[in-house]
Amino acid sequence: MHLIDVGTVLRQAVSATLYSNLVTRPTGAAVRQQIEELVTARGDRALTVIDFSQVSMIDFSCADEIVAKLLLRYQAEEEIFFVFRGVTEDHLHAIDAVLEHRGLALVAEEDGESRVVGVLEDSERRAWEALYLLGRATTLELAAKLTLDLTITQLALDALWRRRLVMRADEFYFVAAAPRAGSHAGSHA
Amino acid sequence: MTTVITVPPTLDEEGFEQVLEQLAPLPADAKILVDARHTTWASPYGLTAMLTLGQTRAERPAFAVPEKDTTASYWARAAFFEHAEELFDLHGSYPKKSGGDSGVLLEITPIGKSEDVHEVVGRIQVKAAQIIAKELNIDPKATVGFAMTLSEVCQNIIEHAGRGGWVAVQTYKWTKRLGRRVVQIAVCDAGMGFRQSLESAPGKVLSDRWDDGAALEDAVVRGVSRFRDPGRGQGLAGVRRYVGRWEGKLSVRSGTARIALIPAWDEDLPLIEKLSPFPGSQLQVTLPERVMK
Repeated sequence: MHLIDVGTVLRQAVSATLYSNLVTRPTGAAVRQQIEELVTARGDRALTVIDFSQVSMIDFSCADEIVAKLLLRYQAEEEIFFVFRGVTEDHLHAIDAVLEHRGLALVAEEDGESRVVGVLEDSERRAWEALYLLGRATTLELAAKLTLDLTITQLALDALWRRRLVMRADEFYFVAAAPRAGSHAGSHA
Repeated sequence: MTTVITVPPTLDEEGFEQVLEQLAPLPADAKILVDARHTTWASPYGLTAMLTLGQTRAERPAFAVPEKDTTASYWARAAFFEHAEELFDLHGSYPKKSGGDSGVLLEITPIGKSEDVHEVVGRIQVKAAQIIAKELNIDPKATVGFAMTLSEVCQNIIEHAGRGGWVAVQTYKWTKRLGRRVVQIAVCDAGMGFRQSLESAPGKVLSDRWDDGAALEDAVVRGVSRFRDPGRGQGLAGVRRYVGRWEGKLSVRSGTARIALIPAWDEDLPLIEKLSPFPGSQLQVTLPERVMK
């Protein structure tokens, strides 16, 4: 797993030590470009933790430039998965708004627990949450767990994978999240 | 010949409209004296808008400062004279800037580039937290939204004005209208304004009823931006949500129109058209003290 501290990137991107606020589009664009460079350097299949712990505040413009555009770019390309760590309720004001505006979702992690935030179909959200609890599962196992039709389960998992919210290896799916104690996901991360 | 433009005793949104009405018949290069001698009170909107007026004149205007000491003293603390000296020939005595007024949350600050927004957001955070929770009885959670609002409205200048503007934040007891404390953000510029900004959007088709009012409705109500990027236009939408959430008021003037998001405590009109023309955009956010129901 690869960790990127947004606070550090911010200070590098704007060449100043004073800033702990992610505000303005130019700042957001500069921070995203640096994150993209770091991600690209890791190859075309990776799980990257984007850490907001050192960020005081993020505004709508910056949330759109950093979070939304990062998710949009990697949905279409390589198998790059993100987990957003240290995202507080304060950050979520802006992040939620841009996710809703763009129809996006992300995995947020706090105190070792993960959750999915943003816009999802009900079947996708149920599938993600069940998969998170199971650690990993095949489509068949998940459909049984959810008592859902196999095709609907498969469609939900495919959608989650395209949105880089779940990873897959062989016939198994597992959430793009930090491993949970007692789960099987660690063996794939 | 010099035309005297009389500033009313109260220089707020309404007062500034009275100034513009006097200015409207005059060409930009007309010699004017802005007479604020009898002005006794000014909102951050009034002060920042007055500076933008100075920016719009081709002929450097004269400005008679308020005669009342307490008024002049407040304007100095708000940094009005500091900036006005660059735009007007000031007449009358006025104090040099001094500190000490807790009502000035953010003195008048020029906004011209991204770094300026970082600066004002950084400066306001601690003070805003104190004012919002302790003086306005608003949930401390609103502090972050306040800083976000400030950031977004300042960015409006950078992205859409095409020239620098001004921001100021002040808290005071709004006896005349509300009888409660309020915090006000004012952001004014004399740039291209919403209509021209939206007209510059690639492939923009103008409706039959395209004017300053329609441009304001597009930008403020519908979140339309001149940029193709579908992520644009979220800033003002976020400001609108925040202001609505805390029963505040948002008003934006541009060109000859003014649009407002009106809370229950106010009786303003949502859209006013055919105002005296003035370049750029002038925006005000008012958050009132919360009272227990």
